[in-house]
Amino acid sequence: MRSTEHAPQMAHNNPARFDITLRAARVAFNGADIFHDLDLTLQAGSFTCLLGPSGVGKSTLLRYFAGLVEGDVSGTITCSDKAPLKDRVAYMAQQDLLLPWRSVLENVVLGAVLRNEKPDYEKASHLLTEVGLSDAANLRPAELSGGMKQRAALARTLMEDRPVVLMDEPFSALDPLNRLRLQELAARMLRGKTVLLVTHDPLEALRLGDRVHVLSGSPARLQDAITPKGQSPRNIADPDILAQQAELLGQLGADASEGAA
Amino acid sequence: MTDQNNPHTNKKSLSERRWLILARPLIIIVALIATWQVLVIVTGAPKYMLPPPADVWHTLLARHAVLLDHAQYTIAETVIGLFAGAALGTLAAIPMALFSTVRFWLMPILLVSQAIPFFALAPLLVLWLGFGLASKIAMAALIIFFPVTVAFFDGLSRTETGWLDLARTMGASRWRLLTHIRLPAALPAFASGFRVATAVAPIGAVIGEWVGSSHGLGYLMLHANARVQIDMVFACLLILCAFSITQYFIVDRVLRAALPWQPDSLKPVR
Repeated sequence: MRSTEHAPQMAHNNPARFDITLRAARVAFNGADIFHDLDLTLQAGSFTCLLGPSGVGKSTLLRYFAGLVEGDVSGTITCSDKAPLKDRVAYMAQQDLLLPWRSVLENVVLGAVLRNEKPDYEKASHLLTEVGLSDAANLRPAELSGGMKQRAALARTLMEDRPVVLMDEPFSALDPLNRLRLQELAARMLRGKTVLLVTHDPLEALRLGDRVHVLSGSPARLQDAITPKGQSPRNIADPDILAQQAELLGQLGADASEGAA
Repeated sequence: MTDQNNPHTNKKSLSERRWLILARPLIIIVALIATWQVLVIVTGAPKYMLPPPADVWHTLLARHAVLLDHAQYTIAETVIGLFAGAALGTLAAIPMALFSTVRFWLMPILLVSQAIPFFALAPLLVLWLGFGLASKIAMAALIIFFPVTVAFFDGLSRTETGWLDLARTMGASRWRLLTHIRLPAALPAFASGFRVATAVAPIGAVIGEWVGSSHGLGYLMLHANARVQIDMVFACLLILCAFSITQYFIVDRVLRAALPWQPDSLKPVR
């Protein structure tokens, strides 16, 4: 169950070497725009966090990048290397989305199974060791704690080995201690990849993000990014981080009072 | 969650459950027989209307060769009908869940098939398929088909959307998505439909036998009834009940064993 430090190269197999640019994105549900004219650039290998109140459209924006939004949608996503983004993203949701009838190991290799490829069980076992689940490989998800399930989901995400990782509040259902541990693990293992993380926790955003955007209003607009200093995972007791947290809360709070007016 | 992590409560509730699984049917049977005996005494009904339990028991023992011979047919019809109906239900549910065109065409036909009373259909089936097993199997299969189709289709169309999203970002093929996510996810729903089907399957076979046959418990009951051998009718009913209950418990056990991951708040995880 202990996380080991060998094979640190694992996460660097497929680093991102291209920027992703979103232009004039618009998504509407039932005739009302969630957002329109939205531009966002995800720089190669950077960790971008998206903060905002519930229901503002953070998840929708993330799902837009994943190609999961259907219906009344427009806008363009371009990659600086001219290749399409499709098939180069891995997706991790708030729910672990582990299949209850497959063992942890079989869940980690799910992507290959669904694409009819030969699953690399050796690599999957390696990743499970890295996330501290080597002893749980043959258990079913129902036998895991919440933190272990999210670790398994992280291993499944890393197994896909895509240059871009989209994460939708992956740690929000965890207790504080498990959340900190998983943030650390994710920061270490996702280094080199382009990451977009949706969260409602300003500290999580500042701990992990190279750029932190607040999404607010209706239709939602992106505010200018806050860029915390130093390498992630950052120390949440750092005074600079705490000052930036106050700034983020201000951006979020100012929004709340506008909504009330 | 906390309950599942406590091996002590697990062990206890499991052995309690085992004991109850065995004892409950016995308790119910004894209570029903007692009620029956009380009814006989209180109403003073003559034997040709309501025979006392002891008479029926005597008939069961005295005529067991005849009863078992006919029971074989009914059991075979029911079991074959059950699997045939379940197979047809599966074959109907999967394309309905996959293709909306199939769904739009098949759903009304399914509903119409259920609007026709089975009693009205039975003589036709006997006419078309003959006096033998085939018409009874068809009857049982027809009754079973609907609950299995509806339950399985329902399960297939309620796949957790998060799994579908995940599969899409993983580049899943449609076929693999079906075989590795949608089908297994729908198995608990299929199991519910199959349990209902198991309980109603003997009805189809017996109705078929009533309408036209020379074998089976339904046939035997009809003849005994005409000759006012009511103890024989009751003996047939008892065998039917015993078979139905046994069949249901076997199916239930097999389904539980086959789907150990199925969320079930009544059953401990291990």
